[in-house]
Amino acid sequence: MIINDKKLPDLPPPTSTSGPIGWLRNNLFDTPLNSILTLVIGYLLVTNLVPLIQWAFIDADWIGDSRDACTSGGACWVFVSVRLNQFLYGFYPESEYWRINTLFVLLGLLLAGMIYEKTPKRGWIALFTLVVFPVIAYFMLHGGSFGLPVVETHKWGGLTLTLVLALVGIVASLPIGVMLALGRRSHMPIVRSFCTIFIEVWRGVPLITILFMASVMLPLFAPEEIDLDKLVRALIGITLFQSAYMAEVIRAGLQAIPKGQYEAADAMGLSYWKKMGLIILPQALKIVIPGIVNTFIALFKDTSLVLIIGLFDLLAIVQSALADPKWLGYSTEGYVFVAFVFWVFCFAMSRYSQYLERKLHTGHGARQ
Amino acid sequence: MKKIASVAALSAIAVGMSTAAQAEGTLDAVKDKGFVQCGVSTGLPGFSNPDEKGNWQGMDVDVCRAIAAAVLGDASKVKYIPLTAKERFTALQSGEIDVLSRNTTWTQTRDTTLGLNFAGVNYYDGQGFLVSKNLGVKSAKELDGAAVCIQSGTTTELNLSDYFKLNNMQFDPIVFDTSDQTVKGFEAGRCDVLTSDQSQLYALRIKLADPSSAMVLPEVISKEPLGPVVRQGDDQWFNIVKWSLNAMINAEELGLSSANVDSMKESSDNPSIKRLIGLEGPKGEGLGLADDWGYQIVKQVGNYGEVFERNVGAGSPLGIERGINALWNQGGFLYAPPMR
Repeated sequence: MIINDKKLPDLPPPTSTSGPIGWLRNNLFDTPLNSILTLVIGYLLVTNLVPLIQWAFIDADWIGDSRDACTSGGACWVFVSVRLNQFLYGFYPESEYWRINTLFVLLGLLLAGMIYEKTPKRGWIALFTLVVFPVIAYFMLHGGSFGLPVVETHKWGGLTLTLVLALVGIVASLPIGVMLALGRRSHMPIVRSFCTIFIEVWRGVPLITILFMASVMLPLFAPEEIDLDKLVRALIGITLFQSAYMAEVIRAGLQAIPKGQYEAADAMGLSYWKKMGLIILPQALKIVIPGIVNTFIALFKDTSLVLIIGLFDLLAIVQSALADPKWLGYSTEGYVFVAFVFWVFCFAMSRYSQYLERKLHTGHGARQ
Repeated sequence: MKKIASVAALSAIAVGMSTAAQAEGTLDAVKDKGFVQCGVSTGLPGFSNPDEKGNWQGMDVDVCRAIAAAVLGDASKVKYIPLTAKERFTALQSGEIDVLSRNTTWTQTRDTTLGLNFAGVNYYDGQGFLVSKNLGVKSAKELDGAAVCIQSGTTTELNLSDYFKLNNMQFDPIVFDTSDQTVKGFEAGRCDVLTSDQSQLYALRIKLADPSSAMVLPEVISKEPLGPVVRQGDDQWFNIVKWSLNAMINAEELGLSSANVDSMKESSDNPSIKRLIGLEGPKGEGLGLADDWGYQIVKQVGNYGEVFERNVGAGSPLGIERGINALWNQGGFLYAPPMR
């Protein structure tokens, strides 16, 4: 009897299940329905993407300084490049651009320092960014001291204004939101009812209404001596509005923490603030990172609503540029540019939040 | 109508408050601050829009510059406050701006119930029609049964239906939200005619792929006199704004322009010119301004004709003809009282 005790070598998988063909079969053509969907979507992609790329890149005009440069029939990016400074800095005087640039470089460095894990003293950098940096930013942008000329807020605009609105909203609404969320779960009736009423009132009103109130009604009722800047009014409105949303997101996190955690903290004799600061909030905030970032992204996009009260954020300044008689008719280019800039920022925020979730992942729920 | 009622109700509150706010005259306040706060639009081709460098330009902007030239002797000392249509009157009532120069139609309601005064007319506008040349239509009277593209906004629609009803014609309204959408709809053949204020029709026409394929019909179906607005209750400031505008119109009538005002100042014997420049006559006394206020306006901003040509006329891409905005002695409506 002959026994072949040699193991036969593994055969490679059939070509129909491996390689690009296998991938196609498994992912795009595995059922008749999927095959049809693939073909339809493929057809739509080709018929739409090809002209889009043709328009946006191949036939586009990039260089020039007037509409005469746009002759090839595609996108006229000259419209954007001629006004790029205005879209980025608004009506900020050109000689003072360095102030905005310095600020954003500094902010970029601080953010990079916080994101990179091996930076020494990250806690202090975070504290500096949240507490000292806004003060520096105010003095740099507005001026009026340290020998910097004043640049009034009505000259702020473009991407700068969008970022100012979004960053102030983000930085201020998180702590206020935490306080409101804690207050709403408090056992003290006055605190609880105040927080509940605050949240429900602000959340029950559209942001547009709040901005209108801030820009149209407030100046009528405010006494003459108090001349609150329109930007400040809008900032307060946006911050309070967002903090109401933030409070509810954080409250969801607080409710998701098992009761045992609260009891354990109490059993250790921790005070209320220590209990919250050391045990509950770190866990609760971690759970609601997707919700918080969702709110931030919504806030970032909502900032463009200030165009209805005549503040020139990125979208509004592009719209005003569209009204220049010399550049009538390039609205598509303008709006595509705005959409691209918004997408870049929102996508970056989204990616960072996913990274944060993975890094902080220490147990609850399934890994995504 | 509802909108008007709510604006009126709101302004009833505002009138009471704004009168209290004007303890100090606007003129003194402006001189103290060193600039004129001027409410403009957030971007309206030819009337107020920022250029590439962020400088404001347009017909309405030049009114602001003329006021600054008259009051402060420097046309650049203007702080432009961009306002949306909804917040423009409140900004004036609450003292956020000194003058509103924002493509605002002078109507009875606005003049009488908002606590505001219209200081004159710097552009006579009116609703008109843009048609494709292929249609072969020469007059709005031939538009029976036409599909009409309208930018949403109740007065445009109301004027349109009034006009068609009056002429026993039918029409099919197609409403769009923004001017860009309206143009795209017109271009795609969704409608035969596009209607809007005439001054804006020329801007819309440029947005077409081939502007020469469309023409603006001669008919104007509504009256839209546009002009600068000031708060009620400060007659001195009202007079300053009114006469700044009048000086520009009179300068054109007298042939005085930014180019020749210096030589005219030396050589002209025409007493009207001498009065406008401030060499004789009433000068700046009654207005509380420097004697050369009229000279400063013409020198720095120009006469009405220059302003028109530069911003909306032949010197601009819009290419609007003077039409009813010509001087009274050239077939238009512009007529300024004499300066004496």
